Amino acid sequence: METKTKDFKYVYDKPEALVDKVTHYCPGCGHGIVHKLLAEVIDELGVREKAIIVAPVGCSVLIYDYMNFDGCEASHGRAPAVATGLKRVNPDSIVVAYQGDGDLLAIGTGEAIHAANRGENITTIFINNAIYGMTGGQMAPTTMEKQITATTPYGRDPMDVGFPIRGCELLNTLERPVFIERCSIYDFKNTLKTKKAIKKGIKNQIEGRGYSFIEVLSTCPTNWGMKPQEAANWVKDTMVPYYPLGNFRDN
Amino acid sequence: MHEEIIVAGFGGQGVIMAGKLLCVAAMNENKYVSHIPSYGAEMRGGTANCSVVISDKEISSPTVPKPSIAIVMNAPSLAKFEPRVKPGGLLIYNSSLIDQKPKRTDITTVGIKANDISEAEGSLRAANMAAIGKLQALKPEIASLDSVIKALDVVISARNRKHNDTNIKVLKKANS
Amino acid sequence: MNEKILMKGNEALGEAAIIAGCRFYFGYPITPQNEVPAYMSRRLPQEGGTFLQAESELAAINMVYGASAAGARVMTSSSSPGISLKQEGLSYIAGAELPCVVVNIMRGGPGLGNIAGSQGDYFQSTRGGGNGDYRQLVLTPATVQEMADLTVLAFDLADEYRIAVLILGDGYLGQISEALVLPKPTGKVFEKPWALTGAKGRKPNKVASLRLVPETSLEELNLVLDEKYKKISAKECRSESYLTEDADYLLVAYGTSSRICREAVNELREEGIKAGLFRLITAWPFPAEALRIASAKAKKILTVEMSLGQMIEDVKLSVKDPERVDFYGRSGGMLPETDEIKRRIKAYGN
Repeated sequence: METKTKDFKYVYDKPEALVDKVTHYCPGCGHGIVHKLLAEVIDELGVREKAIIVAPVGCSVLIYDYMNFDGCEASHGRAPAVATGLKRVNPDSIVVAYQGDGDLLAIGTGEAIHAANRGENITTIFINNAIYGMTGGQMAPTTMEKQITATTPYGRDPMDVGFPIRGCELLNTLERPVFIERCSIYDFKNTLKTKKAIKKGIKNQIEGRGYSFIEVLSTCPTNWGMKPQEAANWVKDTMVPYYPLGNFRDN
Repeated sequence: MHEEIIVAGFGGQGVIMAGKLLCVAAMNENKYVSHIPSYGAEMRGGTANCSVVISDKEISSPTVPKPSIAIVMNAPSLAKFEPRVKPGGLLIYNSSLIDQKPKRTDITTVGIKANDISEAEGSLRAANMAAIGKLQALKPEIASLDSVIKALDVVISARNRKHNDTNIKVLKKANS
Repeated sequence: MNEKILMKGNEALGEAAIIAGCRFYFGYPITPQNEVPAYMSRRLPQEGGTFLQAESELAAINMVYGASAAGARVMTSSSSPGISLKQEGLSYIAGAELPCVVVNIMRGGPGLGNIAGSQGDYFQSTRGGGNGDYRQLVLTPATVQEMADLTVLAFDLADEYRIAVLILGDGYLGQISEALVLPKPTGKVFEKPWALTGAKGRKPNKVASLRLVPETSLEELNLVLDEKYKKISAKECRSESYLTEDADYLLVAYGTSSRICREAVNELREEGIKAGLFRLITAWPFPAEALRIASAKAKKILTVEMSLGQMIEDVKLSVKDPERVDFYGRSGGMLPETDEIKRRIKAYGN
C-alpha cells in the first residue's frame, strides 16, 4: 500500500480483483460479501492474472461483470463441467466455480458430485441461501422444513418433497476432495472464517492439491421477506442448527 | 471383379475378422473394399455377420442385401442367408456344424468341414480360416493366398499373432 | 501412392481429429459411436492430450464449452439420443461463439429407437435443436475417407467462424471399414485473443451469451451472429454433382443413402436411363445454388433419405418448379434399396 501523505496511509482499499461498479444485489444479500471476499483472496494470493470465474445461473449470474479477471458463463448447473474443461486445458489457471443452491444441488447435482469425485483441481464456492432468488423465491433443494416459498405456500413438507440436502455431508462421502468446509456470513466473525476457507480453497488449487468445496450459508432478505439483520439472525437461528458450521475435511 | 459377400456365424467364430482379412488382402492388391459388421446388442451371444464388398471399381453402396457370395458358419446363418444369395452366386457352408444341405439349385453350394480342419491343425478357433482358405481357392480373383496370409499380420491383434502359424496351416489346408 | 490402411469410420474421424490438432475429447458412451471414445481414450494420452469420460452428455458438452473457452481444439461425439441431450450446450456455444467439433453418428429414433444407422436428425442439426436464433455448420460425410477429411476441415471451419461444426454421420458410416489415406494437417493457425487464458497484460475476457437488456444488446448479438451465418452461407456450401449435366432424373441424398443412390444411378445409366446424383457435403449451409444448377434439366427430382422426409424441405425450397420433387425414404434403421429407387425412376418415364 502506497503512502498517500506523510500523515495518512491506506489501511483499506477496494481489491484490484473487484471491478468498481454498483452491484445489482439487494440490500442485505450475501453475494456481494462473498464476491468481495473472493476478490480479496485472489489479490492476496497474487493470482488475478490467472483466475477464471465460472458463473452459475441464478442471482450471481453476472458475477463475471464484478470480477476484474477472466470470466465464463455456464448453463444452469453445469459450472463444474465448464470449470473442468477450462482447467484441463490450462492447468495453471485458477478456476473458481461459483454456484447457488439450485445450480449445485438440484439441476447440477450430477456435475457437482462427479467433478468433486474426480478431484478436479478447482475451487467451488457454494452459496446456500435456502431459496431461488432470481426467479422470485421458489423452493430450493436446501429450503428449510416448513419454510414458506413461492412454490411451497404451505411450507416445505419433507414427506412430499424431501428434506433439505446437506451439500458438505454429501460430498464428504467421496474420497478425492481435499477440503470441505461450511461457513457463513451472518456476522463479522464468521465472515472472516469464510474468507479463510476460501483462501485455503484457492491455495489448495495453486498447490495442485485438488478439489476444494466451500459452502457459505447466506442471506436472501428480499425473498425471505425480512430486513437484513433479521435475515442474518435467521441464518444463525434456523439454518445453522440444520447445517452445522465447521470443517469437514482438510487433507 | 465385383463381389458382394456376407460372412455369418455365431459371435466368437471370427466372422467379422474373416471379412476384414479379405478386405485387407484385396486392398493391398489395389482393389476397392468395404466392410460393415453387425454390431451392438446383436453381437451379444447371438449371430454375427459382416457385409463385405470387394471390387475393381469404386464402391457405391457398401450394403449387401443380395450377396454374390455367402459364407455361413452355423445353421441359423444358413437359414438366414441362403435365400438371399444372388442366382448364380456361391454359398460356402460349414458342414462341421450344419447337418442339413442347402436347398437352392440355382447357386453353387460348397460344404467345408471348417471345424474339423481347424481341430486337425490343433486349434478350435481357426474354422474361419478354413472358410476363407476355401473361398480363396474358389475365387482367387478376390485376393491371392499370399495376400491373405500377409493380411493376417494386420488384422490379427498383437496379442493373438502367436496363433498365426496355425491360421496359415488351416488356410492352406482348406485351400488345397 | 499414399499408404492405405483399412479403418473404421468412427476410428478414422478420431485419428483425423488428432491430425487436426485436437487434444481434448469429452464424451459419454452410446452405440453406434463407441469406437470414438475408445479410440480417443487410447490415442490422446499418447499425444499428450486429455480424454475424459463425462458423467453425462450434458457434462460432456459443457466440458467442451469450457475447453473451447480456454482456447483448445476440442471434440465430442455421440449418437442421436445423446445429441439431443447436448442441445442446450450447443445453444450456449452458439451464443458465446465458441469453436468446437461435435460428431453425431445417427441412429434410429424417436426416443431410444434402435442402434441401426438413420438420418432422422437432419431437422435437429440444420434448424438448431437448442433454444434461440442460431445455426451450426453441418458436414455430411459419405465414406471413411470423408469422415477423416471432413473432420480435419471441421476444426478449421470451427476456428475460422467461431462456431460449432457438426459432423453428421450415421451408424453405417461409423461402423464401416474402408481403405483410408490419412489426411494431412492443414497447418492453419487461428489466433484466439478472446480465450480465457488469464487477464495478464490485457483486460479481462468474458465468455458468455447473456445479454439482459433487450433494446441494446441481445439483438445486437443476434445480428452479429446473423452476419456470420450469411457469410458462411455464401462461402461454405459444399456438394458433389455426379452425372447431373444431362440428367433427366436427379437423385438428391447425403451420407449412406447417397451411396445407395450412386449405385442406382450407375445401374440406370447402364440401362440407358439418364440419372444423376446431387449429394450434400454441407447440410447447413444447404447448397441451394448448386442444386438449382444440377436440377435444371431434370424432369423429376427424387429425394432419398433414411428418414420419412426432412431434407426434402430444403430441396423443395431450393429448386425451380418444386412440384418435380418426389420422395423415397426408409426409417427406423432401415436402408433405402437400389432396386426400389430404380423402379421409381423407371416409373416416371411412363
